[in-house]
Amino acid sequence: MVTLPPKSDQKILLELNGVKKYFPIKGGILKRVQGHVKAVEDVSLQLYEGESLGVVGESGCGKSTLGRAILGLEELTEGKVRYKNEEIQDLKRKEKLKFVKEMQMIFQDPFASLNPRQRIGHALEEVFTMHTNMSAKEKRKSVIDLLDEVGLKEEHFEKYPHEFSGGQRQRIGIARAIALNPSFIICDEAVSALDVSVQAQVLKLLKSLQEKYKLSYLFISHDLGVVRYFCDRVLVMYLGNTVELGTVQGLFANPIHPYTQALLSAIPRPTVQKNLKRIRLQGDLPNPANPPSGCPFHTRCPIAQDMCKVDKPAWQEIEPGHFAACHFAGTKI
Amino acid sequence: METLLEVNNLVTEFRTADGNVQAVRDVSFSVAKGETLCIVGESGCGKSITSLSVIGLLPSNGSITSGEVKYEGKPIHNLPFEQMRKMRGTKISMIFQEPMTALNPVLTVGYQLREPLILHHKISKSAANKQGIELLKQVGIPYPEKRINQYPHELSGGMRQRVMIAIALACSPGLLIADEPTTALDVTIQAQILDLINELKEKLNMGVMMITHDMGVVAEVADRVMVMYAGKKVEEGTVSEIFENPKHPYTIGLLNSVPNVDDPDFELEPIPGSMPSLTEQISGCRFNPRCKFATDICREIAPPEFSTKEGHIVSCWLHEKVEEEVKHGHLTAQI
Ligand SMILES: Nc1ncnc2c1ncn2[C@@H]1O[C@H](COP(=O)(O)OP(=O)(O)OP(=O)(O)O)[C@@H](O)[C@H]1O
Ligand SMILES: Nc1ncnc2c1ncn2[C@@H]1O[C@H](COP(=O)(O)OP(=O)(O)OP(=O)(O)O)[C@@H](O)[C@H]1O
Ligand SMILES: [Mg+2]
Ligand SMILES: [Mg+2]
Repeated sequence: MVTLPPKSDQKILLELNGVKKYFPIKGGILKRVQGHVKAVEDVSLQLYEGESLGVVGESGCGKSTLGRAILGLEELTEGKVRYKNEEIQDLKRKEKLKFVKEMQMIFQDPFASLNPRQRIGHALEEVFTMHTNMSAKEKRKSVIDLLDEVGLKEEHFEKYPHEFSGGQRQRIGIARAIALNPSFIICDEAVSALDVSVQAQVLKLLKSLQEKYKLSYLFISHDLGVVRYFCDRVLVMYLGNTVELGTVQGLFANPIHPYTQALLSAIPRPTVQKNLKRIRLQGDLPNPANPPSGCPFHTRCPIAQDMCKVDKPAWQEIEPGHFAACHFAGTKI
Repeated sequence: METLLEVNNLVTEFRTADGNVQAVRDVSFSVAKGETLCIVGESGCGKSITSLSVIGLLPSNGSITSGEVKYEGKPIHNLPFEQMRKMRGTKISMIFQEPMTALNPVLTVGYQLREPLILHHKISKSAANKQGIELLKQVGIPYPEKRINQYPHELSGGMRQRVMIAIALACSPGLLIADEPTTALDVTIQAQILDLINELKEKLNMGVMMITHDMGVVAEVADRVMVMYAGKKVEEGTVSEIFENPKHPYTIGLLNSVPNVDDPDFELEPIPGSMPSLTEQISGCRFNPRCKFATDICREIAPPEFSTKEGHIVSCWLHEKVEEEVKHGHLTAQI
């Protein structure tokens, strides 16, 4: 099957080049650095204007760290982040401010950071206080417009955080993220904690906002069904490494990395097909502080050969727009 | 099939600052030997409280206020504490979502495996140890001789869940209750654990009561399914009936809220609104405020259970109309 190459008229919004983030592991009495958790290992990719790029992979594979690194919330160990053709990884606080407005993040629990004694309307007004010189009246109006935009009512302005349901909380998180007209939003497990009926509502809202405001999303999720529904392209990570990247259609129809094949096969399908043949991986995820040599996946890979234990496979464009890192890319397992 | 567990008209209430609230409202179901019943529904609908009612481990402010729970034909909901504790060691076992909270962090895996064996089977420590190693092998833990001397924190999440299952199986229970046993696990590990539970069920002819909010997990493991909404059972049937011929608008809504990984054209159809709180007064059907079919009767009188096919039960006044709509494609159950 052929994967669709990205349209050539698509403009690059964000570009990562060899991005690495290592966390030191300190130990012993002197707290010496004894090693590193290689949370993000040499990631290079491009994100287009107006697209949703999904990031999937199992717990601890580096999804959140990648998102935080892009936003400059983590200092990079190595590599470059370009946003609208400007290198932003080394910007100082002040220069960064303009990007803070443009790049936003929505978390799994947007309320973790809110003051429980502050009315929601006032919490949202603070965003405008910090970044604009609106009058009190303008701020209130803007917040009420925002609430309306995310499907809440004016009466919610006066409510306190605990008075909101999970789905409403996520709407507040979205309101806060879109308040300053960003062009790029990172959603880190933004719908994972929601009940499916509410999750569906929030996904629809995110989609409609994307169309209306030409937003780009980096959509971090461990739920491949949600990613297939929501995203244009998808990046698969394993132990800090990028293992496959392609369009959603291309990658789901024709996964070329053995890990992606196993991951897709392991998803419990909400359909009754009892005799479906499933690929089952043996063993557990290795410790990211002590990753395997060679290909990070070789310890669980059903088609690994000796070379996989030694040589790390390069990140290659296997088909137009479809990347993978595997010595035996395309082999069906 | 032989009935193992029977729950009739179970009502479970909590004493709270706002007075008594009902978390489980007149729920009936059964589990046969060698059968997996999945209880599915969204957060707060009463899945865990239903299972804790069965195993007699309700929080201190909760109690069964009417109805009965029978195991192999004998009522167990009113057993004295000691007898119920014995039931839990030998007949009914439970595993939880987060094994770390159920495992004792300061005791070795071996100790926690041996204890129930020594207590209930009155065997020696060395015999219990041998059996413990066997159990770890049975749940697919490599190097069980080494693992048995380790502490829970030395194990990965998937391995801990296997240990929990091994402990639950220690006294060969007839009924295994699994409350979201794979929710905290990665999909590749989840697949291993679901396979394991399926395999053990067949091998040991256990009844399994599996609680989950994930329709995918339901399709994978269930023989029969009970769908709950706001404390009520809204639909029950075989797994193929529930997925291929759902009749309750809530069940259909649930199915249409889960994106289908295999269908690129899948369109989500969210259910509007959200789950009511326990204290919210709703007259008539508890789902009516969110239901697009609701009519006057739905708002006034709670629907009884309609038996449509053998074993397919639905609590909806309009189930015939809903079925017609599904048939004629006006309403899609996309799965
Ligand atoms: N501040 C930190 N210090 C040390 N190690 C860290 C830190 N933050 C993350 N890590 C480690 O980096 C790795 C990647 O973590 P990250 O949170 O990015 O994973 P993730 O893919 O988002 O996982 P999840 O799906 O569980 O959210 C993990 O091994 C984690 O333990
Ligand atoms: N000790 C308690 N006191 C009062 N109410 C309680 C108590 N424990 C649970 N509840 C309420 O009982 C209802 C049913 O809870 P239950 O834990 O069974 O939900 P659940 O279906 O298992 O949800 P989840 O998917 O989130 O685990 C909820 O509304 C919950 O808030
Ligand atoms: Mg994360
Ligand atoms: Mg529960």
